[in-house]
Amino acid sequence: MTTPFSSMALVLGASFVGSFAAVSLKSGADRLAPGFWRIFFSWRIGLGVALFLLSSVLFVAGLKNGSLTVLYPMVSLGYVWTLFWSRWFFHEPFNRSKILGLLLILMGVSCIGLGNR
Amino acid sequence: MSQGEPSAPARGESASPVSIGLVFLCTVLGAAAQILMKRGANHLTGVGWWGILTNLPLMAGYVLYGVNTMLLVTALRRGHLSVLYPIIALTYVWVTILSPMFFVDPLNGFKVAGVALIVGGVSMIGVGTRA
Repeated sequence: MTTPFSSMALVLGASFVGSFAAVSLKSGADRLAPGFWRIFFSWRIGLGVALFLLSSVLFVAGLKNGSLTVLYPMVSLGYVWTLFWSRWFFHEPFNRSKILGLLLILMGVSCIGLGNR
Repeated sequence: MSQGEPSAPARGESASPVSIGLVFLCTVLGAAAQILMKRGANHLTGVGWWGILTNLPLMAGYVLYGVNTMLLVTALRRGHLSVLYPIIALTYVWVTILSPMFFVDPLNGFKVAGVALIVGGVSMIGVGTRA
């Protein structure tokens, strides 16, 4: 089964948008004052939710056509982007266990993609 | 945030155990949401928006996603994104293990290997938080 370029672009775009959703939720969470209802009034958290919704729409559109063997590894690239943004925006350290762990996760998601053919 | 709260990460730790537990819970709820939404989508009867709004499994899935987001935000207050976010990959593990029970979606060698690799990867990141 060939995978159209449009599907790859959609899935890559979805993983990218999803990683910014995580960044937005994290920065909202860091600024959240105590109190349950505050979560509904943070624009950063609202933006994070909106970006997650957008990324899920893009994922569904992208995964409709094409081979999961190709597309699943691209889905999991979202974790790679998020690792970079964690360092870039929040100054979190890279370390060997994070990089190795992420590599295993990428291989695992790719394997599940192969198994879902 | 006041010092010394029980769920705050200790010095040298990049995520509190409570945060890690919350994200773990998110993955279980996220898998349940995905299975409910798939079931709902498979049995969509009504037309248009009305069909979606009156579809109980689909709506339950959306509600679970909402709860999930709140748990994730709560977890992110006490931990590094680079540690907590990859844990979400465990959702693949639960969905892969549970799908054969709900759909015609049998396990195979690739899926089992994938599950093992993801569990290994998430554990490795978890172990690294104690460095």
